[in-house]
Amino acid sequence: MTDYRYIGKSITRIDGREKISGAAVYTDDIDFGANLLYAEIVSSTVAHALILNIDTSEAEKLEGVVKVFTGKDFPYKFGLYMKDRYIFAQDKVRFYGEQVAAVVARTPQIAKMGAELVKVEYQELPAVLDQMEALAEGATILHPDLGDYPHVPWFFPKPGTNVAHWRKTRRGDLENGFAEADHIYEETYEVPRYAHCAIETHVAIGKFDYSGRLTVWSSSQSPHTQRNLFAEALAPMGLSQKDIRVITPHVGGGFGGKAGVTMEILPAALATKLRGYAVKLRWTREQEFINTYQRLGVVAKLKLGVKKDGTITALDHKIYWDAGAYVEYGANVVNAVGLSAIGPYRIPNVSIDSVCIYTNLPPGGAYRGFGYSEMLFGLESHITTIARQIGMDEIEFRRKNAILEGDKTAYGAAMNPNGLLEAIDKVTKAIEWDKEYKSTDPNKVIGKGFSLFWKAPAMPPNASSSAFLKFNEDASINLIISGMDIGQGYQTVMAQIAAEVLGVDPSKIRVETPDTDRNPYEWQTVASHITWSSGNAVKKAAIDARDQILALVERVYHMSQDSLYLEDEAVKCHNQASFNLPLRSFVVEGIATKDGSYRGGPINGRGMFMPEFSSASGDPDTSQGGHPNVHYTVGAGALILEIDKDTGKMKVLKAAEAIDAGKALNPDLIKGQITGGLLQGLATVLYEDMRYDDKGRLLNPNFTDYKIPTAMDVPDEIIPIIIEVPQPDGPYGARGVGEHTMLPAAPMIANAVENALGIRIRSMPITAEKVAMAYKKHREQ
Amino acid sequence: MAKVKLTLNNETRTIDVEPCETLLDVLRDKLGMKSPKCGCDRGDCGACAVLIDGKSVRSCLIFAIECEGQHITTLEGISGDQLSILQEAFIEFNSFQCGYCAPGVIISATELLKSNPHPNLEEIKEALSGNLCRCTGYQPIFDAILKASKETKK
Repeated sequence: MTDYRYIGKSITRIDGREKISGAAVYTDDIDFGANLLYAEIVSSTVAHALILNIDTSEAEKLEGVVKVFTGKDFPYKFGLYMKDRYIFAQDKVRFYGEQVAAVVARTPQIAKMGAELVKVEYQELPAVLDQMEALAEGATILHPDLGDYPHVPWFFPKPGTNVAHWRKTRRGDLENGFAEADHIYEETYEVPRYAHCAIETHVAIGKFDYSGRLTVWSSSQSPHTQRNLFAEALAPMGLSQKDIRVITPHVGGGFGGKAGVTMEILPAALATKLRGYAVKLRWTREQEFINTYQRLGVVAKLKLGVKKDGTITALDHKIYWDAGAYVEYGANVVNAVGLSAIGPYRIPNVSIDSVCIYTNLPPGGAYRGFGYSEMLFGLESHITTIARQIGMDEIEFRRKNAILEGDKTAYGAAMNPNGLLEAIDKVTKAIEWDKEYKSTDPNKVIGKGFSLFWKAPAMPPNASSSAFLKFNEDASINLIISGMDIGQGYQTVMAQIAAEVLGVDPSKIRVETPDTDRNPYEWQTVASHITWSSGNAVKKAAIDARDQILALVERVYHMSQDSLYLEDEAVKCHNQASFNLPLRSFVVEGIATKDGSYRGGPINGRGMFMPEFSSASGDPDTSQGGHPNVHYTVGAGALILEIDKDTGKMKVLKAAEAIDAGKALNPDLIKGQITGGLLQGLATVLYEDMRYDDKGRLLNPNFTDYKIPTAMDVPDEIIPIIIEVPQPDGPYGARGVGEHTMLPAAPMIANAVENALGIRIRSMPITAEKVAMAYKKHREQ
Repeated sequence: MAKVKLTLNNETRTIDVEPCETLLDVLRDKLGMKSPKCGCDRGDCGACAVLIDGKSVRSCLIFAIECEGQHITTLEGISGDQLSILQEAFIEFNSFQCGYCAPGVIISATELLKSNPHPNLEEIKEALSGNLCRCTGYQPIFDAILKASKETKK
């Protein structure tokens, strides 16, 4: 095992002091002076309608209103993977809450009053609020122009229907696979929509100066992608990437909700018509619930065939996604799961249909887990049930079918090295799976739930990262990168990587939040790819700097580079113990020679990483042939659940989760992902739930009615387990874990409820009420 | 507009406020204190918590005009020239991820340790139940408070 100085160490966060002292600056904290204007949005009050007229005259008369804008001012489309939406609704609204107009005023209060004075006349159209209804014959079509929408080549929309994308994956011979099976089990599972609930709502400020340059400050996971999408959308106004600068201060939580572009396009566009002003838009908590991405809803139909000995022979997995009114980002969630809905299992005969369906609900998009939570709820519930049906231990069943290195994934590429079996063993042991758990309270029962999980980063094949690194006089380093520390500890881990290569303590490495004018390109901080991808770029930048240092020392001192190494902020020599050249003596100022001249100069490193082996060009009908996913991260979880038989109230007594991080660059930060992600996952299954009325209006757009976990809701004990089977192309063997930690939560609860009470609940959330009612019915039968 | 005189982080300040302005908006926009954050604007999340005469209060739920003569402490005031034992413990345990809830949590925890220097886990959970954190799962926050309370002499 390699002995590292900084890698693998639980050093404290380099942004810790900033964040606990109140010094950390978030987007809303920046002052813009007297020329700051405030925007308020006029939102659609119906789910689906034609816009007949917008009367802005009363709002314009209000003192303090600077200007009122409607869709006519911005007839421009935007979108990440598919350009299916406009900056403001044009002739049609497609969800309750969609932006129809904006009032810009001197104060937020006046903007709000102005927005209430804008009168919009609608002609209502039938609203399609359910994805299965949207698929039915004769359903109202949301996007009659679907065939004209630009999209990435790996999407397959069906014009004339509500199907925005259909990912088909086929492998082996399905019919034969089911014929070989001794037992076939079919069932349907349902998952509602969920909200990210970062504590900081979306906020962005656009400023278009008199020279014609647009600067946008935004709370975002994606500064460069935002700049690019702004440039694409605003190209008709003559703007290109060089005219646009995106600055992203600290982000108060992302979870996928601040990936891509949602509301940020509004202040960016509004500013272009208000030269010299800064225009600010901050979502209220209610707007945050309604008009950002939401996690997609799912109906999944599963058919699994197994032999008596537990071997899986065939899987038919049909997943129907309620993707909302616009799917410019959400369609890639559908795509990702359509490639991976076999779960972490070796299955020879597979058919997956992952169908992205337009509905008149808010746009679906990225949410921590990117569709895998929804898919795994059904699959892992199904696995536990089918194991029981054939009389096999569910752990043994999973172990027998677990995907191993070299096994084929659903799209035919080989599975990467992974520690799935080790994860199963360690979780089983940590949770004492074979122990008989019994409540001392006769009214309570205890159940055990188990689940495996896997997930790959979902990215375009050419998603890339880059890094600059510059030395300062005191041998401190500015590491200049464009990933976002959305809380996961990105800045700290990147500093650790540079520290390891350069022999400089991470506490001497400063990592600032990005500015697209000054920081090099990064695709986005999404997909749990940033440790792997940006980490590779940072490592290369550090190696570049190290190579420059060693070449300089070789040139000046005539020592072989092979004999030199960096340690404790100095250049040292294997062959000459007395040689010790402090970095601070030369990394900016150069090395003085005998004649008084200097050699060298400021040391600046650069690095870049793109996964050149990745390809999205699989066959549209089978998905075979490409290499769309760079690798999968796998793991296992188990929990002990106490249930009150009368009230259904549940309490997680103990949970264990093992995840294969490849190499834990900072174990404590990974443990933080496990405790945080697991609680977020448990909340989605135990109580969170977006409730819509029959008009498509969200009924619980606040924290009073949409409960997220408080300090009182924490499981009594969480055992985090880190597995390390190295990722060959990862920095020091690392791969991402951020999203994965919440993946097993829902099926673990569903499986534990069945284990305790003998009832199988196939729709999320599994609330106390639902458990109590189901158990009452079960007892009466 | 009305004049309000109050003590903010041990400095006397006099400001003009509209009767409808919340303490949160006035702290952030007129008094330069950016640590109290807006997360929900209705008292659900606790990100805007400040101490008023030593008691933790959601600054989005009270009007600035009500604060005449009161002593208000924000996280900036707690940080001062030297971080508290509690803040150092939060750093040690990587207690925060995105950090947006941190100001409110630190205010609540500071109030707790002042009134109850050696709380047990249940008391800590109770004291923090009005502060929402979406990132951490709360455990590293509990760990830091327990550690800080141990370092406070009995």
